[in-house]
Amino acid sequence: MSAGGIVPQRTFQEAARATLANAQMRRNLQHATTTIREKRLRAVAELPDWEDLRIQGAAIKDHVMANLGDYLLDLEAAVKARGGHVHWARDALEAREIVAGIASSHGAREVIKVKSITTDEIELNGGLAERGIHAIETDLAELIVQLSEDLPSHILVPAIHRNRAEIRDLFRRKLGAELLTDEPKQLAEAARLYLREKFLTTKVAVSGANFAVAETGTICVVESEGNGRMCVTLPEVLVSVMGIEKVLPTWQDMAVYLQLLPRSSTAERMNPYTSFWSGVTPGDGPQEFHLILLDNGRTDVLADEVGRQTLRCIRCSACLNVCPVYERAGGHAYGSVYPGPIGAILTPQLLHLENKNANTLPWASSLCGACYDACPVKINIPEVLLYLRGKITEDRPLSAEDTLFKTAAWVMSEPHRFEGAIKLARTGQGPLVKQGAIHALPGMLGGWTDTRDLPAFPPQTFREWWRGRPAPAMRGTEGNAQASEGQPLAPQREERSI
Amino acid sequence: MTIDLFITCLNDALFPRTGEATVKLLERLGHEVRFNERQTCCGQMHFNSGYQDDALRLVRHFVETFRDAEAVVAPSGSCVGMVRDLYPRAAEWAGDEELLAEVNALTPRVFELSEFLVRYLGVEDVGAYYPHRVTYHQTCHAMRVLRVGDAPLRLLKNVRGLRLVELPAVEQCCGFGGTFSVKNPETSTAMLADKVQNVLSTKAEACTAGDNSCLMHIGGGLSRLQAGTRTVHLAEILASTEGEVFA
Repeated sequence: MSAGGIVPQRTFQEAARATLANAQMRRNLQHATTTIREKRLRAVAELPDWEDLRIQGAAIKDHVMANLGDYLLDLEAAVKARGGHVHWARDALEAREIVAGIASSHGAREVIKVKSITTDEIELNGGLAERGIHAIETDLAELIVQLSEDLPSHILVPAIHRNRAEIRDLFRRKLGAELLTDEPKQLAEAARLYLREKFLTTKVAVSGANFAVAETGTICVVESEGNGRMCVTLPEVLVSVMGIEKVLPTWQDMAVYLQLLPRSSTAERMNPYTSFWSGVTPGDGPQEFHLILLDNGRTDVLADEVGRQTLRCIRCSACLNVCPVYERAGGHAYGSVYPGPIGAILTPQLLHLENKNANTLPWASSLCGACYDACPVKINIPEVLLYLRGKITEDRPLSAEDTLFKTAAWVMSEPHRFEGAIKLARTGQGPLVKQGAIHALPGMLGGWTDTRDLPAFPPQTFREWWRGRPAPAMRGTEGNAQASEGQPLAPQREERSI
Repeated sequence: MTIDLFITCLNDALFPRTGEATVKLLERLGHEVRFNERQTCCGQMHFNSGYQDDALRLVRHFVETFRDAEAVVAPSGSCVGMVRDLYPRAAEWAGDEELLAEVNALTPRVFELSEFLVRYLGVEDVGAYYPHRVTYHQTCHAMRVLRVGDAPLRLLKNVRGLRLVELPAVEQCCGFGGTFSVKNPETSTAMLADKVQNVLSTKAEACTAGDNSCLMHIGGGLSRLQAGTRTVHLAEILASTEGEVFA
């Protein structure tokens, strides 16, 4: 299995069927997401101006998107002025080539990486491996995912689906660590010993970027473990790969996101490590710095008026943690490095709505809206989901489902047709109804009755009842005539069974 | 005042008692209730499934039907959510300025039942009697799209004889999501299983909500388990009196 990428290999429904069967994973996820949901609500409640911050967070990003070209050129000039190099990558292949070229020019056989979902998006590890260069993940969770040849299942906690016993066995096997127990302290120490040697001996590091400030050419990485700090300070050469939407105009803007991001993602007031660097500083830190500005479908998302808001995303993962679909199906069901609600809108758009598996993702939502409420930059994820559903449906060849919906719209746009259809269904349901309910439906609708009953059509519709009502003057006694005082609480549908 | 009912296609066809209860309740409060028989469906099912052109046909039909209403009231947060939140989107995405103007003129007069009673009419005690242990499921559209807040709870707290028990994880979706329940049945079922367990943990006789679509889902799960707990629409509880039991 590759270490990432954005192209789903299966439909959401197929992948979810597999992940839902993993009861351990579901328990791990439910525990983790429930805990962080409650913590986030507390962390957010501490700030009286949270809603204002969200509005600002959205507004700054929208302003950036409207002037993206200008800010990227400013960023490029500022990075170069401080001794850095800037590369523009149209797609994943170009970005991989640039990183591999830089590493090769230094004769590197190994590079260390600080957690960067963007490098997973471009499948950098696989690309480097083809050139004989081994990429070593330094984030603990990323390392676990890499060593187990697994895929990340969460934006922020990539190994959220793994428990400690699994990790202990993995470290014993892959790192030769003599671990006696699965105590977190022991697990962390085993990883630390392995990584420390890598930090001190590897010449080239690759990082992602949470933000980049156009006015000063400063790159920012926000993290929890300190591995990022090591990666961006110890090696001789640093290559940072960032999506073009990560640029911010000024340092003042940064202040908004450094409040929004930690509280939304880890429910912390501030994350433990926030590293900034601007170009190179002689005698201190990496002496060669490369910034790769990655498009990979983003300008097409930018060109779409409704879809554009997706690019506000600061990868906090708040939407994953509140999503009831993610909580059950898990990250792997989304088949991409971008799981959860944000992945359901970002992945298909980055793939230009051309990948049929990715195109099932906008339907991987019950549209409950929890993601929109949690999003610190107010991305209206339900709106974009619906918008994408419309575009995908419009562009694909006609199916049986399409015919069904089109017929239904025709029927429902005229009351007499609608009423006729109900009468038809009421007559036709006969053999399906047992004790007032339907327990098995044929075809596509069978997905419902596999686990749920459906009420039968009652003998009278509302409008039939309405027509049968006495005239207003007669109504005074009608209620009492039908009164059923003292009637025990009994299921309605038994009263109405046909 | 004169209130136009929007009974919704699901209620009309499958849950007529909810519509009957809504009529009785509003008339008991002294209002004139009308039912325009031209009405059909809000188009949510089509819009949410990606059939936006087909939904537009139903959007136009709704606007034509209720154009002159003083207030349109529906016993469904989901369908009112469609009208208030998504009708403007439907018109915008279709590039139909005229429809958008009509929609914007109409939507401030379209209400979900509980918000209409509490926020618009200022009524919290509707004189209902329902001597049962009840838990309340906050439906997603009422909670997050319409922001009805505690309006349903205020109404339930004033129902005589009713013992209201809090539902754990009340803010979580039941997993219905319209065609989601059919397109992704396994995930939907996993969500439902937790909801059903939470409902059963309250030991309530009935689980209520402002939407028969969610209740149909939760009720479908409870019925399959033969759990004994049943689902009942909020309107039916509010319409019930000592003289006439609706729910």
